[in-house]
Amino acid sequence: MEKQNLLEVRDLHVSFKTYNGEVQAVRGVSFDVKKGETVAIVGESGCGKSVTSQTIMRLIPQPPGWIKSGEILFDGQDLTKLSEKQMEAVRGKEIAMIFQDPMTSLNPTMTVGKQIMEGLIKHQNLGKDQARERALEMLRLVGIPSPERRINQYPHQFSGGMRQRAMIAIALACAPKLLIADEPTTALDVTIQAQILDLMNDLKEKLETSTILITHDLGVVAETADRVVVMYAGKVIETGTVDEIFYRPRHPYTWGLMGSMPRLDLSREKELTPILGTPPDLLSPPKGCPFAGRCKYAMKICKQQMPETTSLQESGSHQVACWLEHPMAPAVEPPVEMVGGGSK
Amino acid sequence: MGRYILQRMAYMLITLWVIITFTFFLMHLMPGSPLQNVEKIPEELQEAILKEYGLDKPLPVQYVQFLGNLAQGSLGYSYKYDGRSVTDLLMQGFPASAQLGIQSIIFGSLVGVLLGSIAALRRGTWVDNTANVISVLGYSVPSFVIATLLSYYVGVKWGILPTGLWGSFQHTILPTLSLSFLVIATIARYIRTEMLEVLGQDYMKTAKAKGLSRTASIGRHALRNALIPAVTVMGPLVIGLITGSLVVEQIFAVPGMGWMFVESIQVKDYTVIMGVTIFYSALLIISIFLIDILYGVIDPRIRISGAKE
Repeated sequence: MEKQNLLEVRDLHVSFKTYNGEVQAVRGVSFDVKKGETVAIVGESGCGKSVTSQTIMRLIPQPPGWIKSGEILFDGQDLTKLSEKQMEAVRGKEIAMIFQDPMTSLNPTMTVGKQIMEGLIKHQNLGKDQARERALEMLRLVGIPSPERRINQYPHQFSGGMRQRAMIAIALACAPKLLIADEPTTALDVTIQAQILDLMNDLKEKLETSTILITHDLGVVAETADRVVVMYAGKVIETGTVDEIFYRPRHPYTWGLMGSMPRLDLSREKELTPILGTPPDLLSPPKGCPFAGRCKYAMKICKQQMPETTSLQESGSHQVACWLEHPMAPAVEPPVEMVGGGSK
Repeated sequence: MGRYILQRMAYMLITLWVIITFTFFLMHLMPGSPLQNVEKIPEELQEAILKEYGLDKPLPVQYVQFLGNLAQGSLGYSYKYDGRSVTDLLMQGFPASAQLGIQSIIFGSLVGVLLGSIAALRRGTWVDNTANVISVLGYSVPSFVIATLLSYYVGVKWGILPTGLWGSFQHTILPTLSLSFLVIATIARYIRTEMLEVLGQDYMKTAKAKGLSRTASIGRHALRNALIPAVTVMGPLVIGLITGSLVVEQIFAVPGMGWMFVESIQVKDYTVIMGVTIFYSALLIISIFLIDILYGVIDPRIRISGAKE
């Protein structure tokens, strides 16, 4: 192996207690993040991608949520076993997070500078003046013009894109080893999205931070990620490098995701192909493959038993959980418009 | 900001003038006159007295005269306390009332914020339920009932604290407590609701993700945001305190302005009524103004809208 794993999530189960019963939001998720790598977790709303990422930082509200089983090994240390006090030393310092909506993620009654300085003072034992210097440096780094003036301003004096830059500055202030970006561009308009993605790519190279990027925007994935984890109904159904997922996807759900993405290389008259149906209710998840109900290629076995995860080549970088990979399954080729992703 | 303050000052003066005008004419509509037992006083003497105080002139003339004197800073002389100026009387009653008011609002706010925060953080537990009961009681039971109960139990039955009069700090405790119940109840309710709201906000998650402890994130991020709506009810609360103090001062025999106000109305001491009204109104108008300023201090989004960036 060329690079060491920074984060290893092993068979993670997370549930939430609700009025109607136990919602099994995450049902046995495993994936790795190597040092300096960007891993994208993709999937539709409610597939458990945000819960997974928030569980890594232990940010899910407990109760009603709890980690049923599994391990989150970060630098060899199991985060699920740490006390709340020990977690405080990890959050912000080792692992940092950027949230979806920069409009609501900053405290409206505190200056942006103070919000950046807070983590620095807590984790790096800096004095006020040093922390301020470092905050200025961070603002400059994330491309906020005239930081000396901006540092004393409040979030409402920042535009949406600038706020997300400020959030990135807060997250990266203590030089964390892992950055979790939970749909960092979803709430921004398209031109600003591109700027923020460029900035994140830039900083990733400069600071060598590993990144987990949560998104449902495959365009974003193609532009930023090294590897992709496709989640569906609380499970990982396919993982691979960006090339593998975009050019040789193997799971019918991944085909569906590709098919529902607008493409420049196909005729404009051709309509996008949506994935019909809705994901299963995680209050009582199906016994078999959760996608079976919406899958064109579903066989009898699919509804009865969850397929095992199969590695597609020696290196094991491309893995898929689908019965179609079984030697006895019929050979199915994906529809042409669903592979060979045009954005890469 | 300077322009905003000037504008507000102008509005404040207009408000005050409207209050003065209404009170002046309403006061003269009250039956009776400043003269007691009119039937026993000879006609000529009555006329002489009224003339002496300028009460024989038509009402509009009296009004204009009053405004003229007021513009020169004179509130006139009391009818009842012969030879004492209204300003003098006000200054005599003011310290006690001010002390009670300030003590109640500070004590009430502190306890209210504390109670409301704890209730929100311990939502659904016995602490929350107790805080709720206190809020409902403080909100619905008038301060004079609380004052009577405190006076009876703490003052008379247990004899822990003096039941009335003025002098040491101990004399202020019971009236302060009676007045602050409303403040505690109101503030606690607002803080609890807002705190629950704030705790679910995204920026609280950001604070947690930074590695702040729960105490630090509540102290630094939640509290200030939760305070904003509580500050807006401070205005009505000050009104509540002032009206409450009129009665509570009577119960505890506090030589304050509330007591003076009630007495002046009973004996139709016109100049004193006007003086106290003007004083209370000005106090209220200024309080509301200060609260608006305070609102801006706590919430930067408000502060900026007044001034140009």
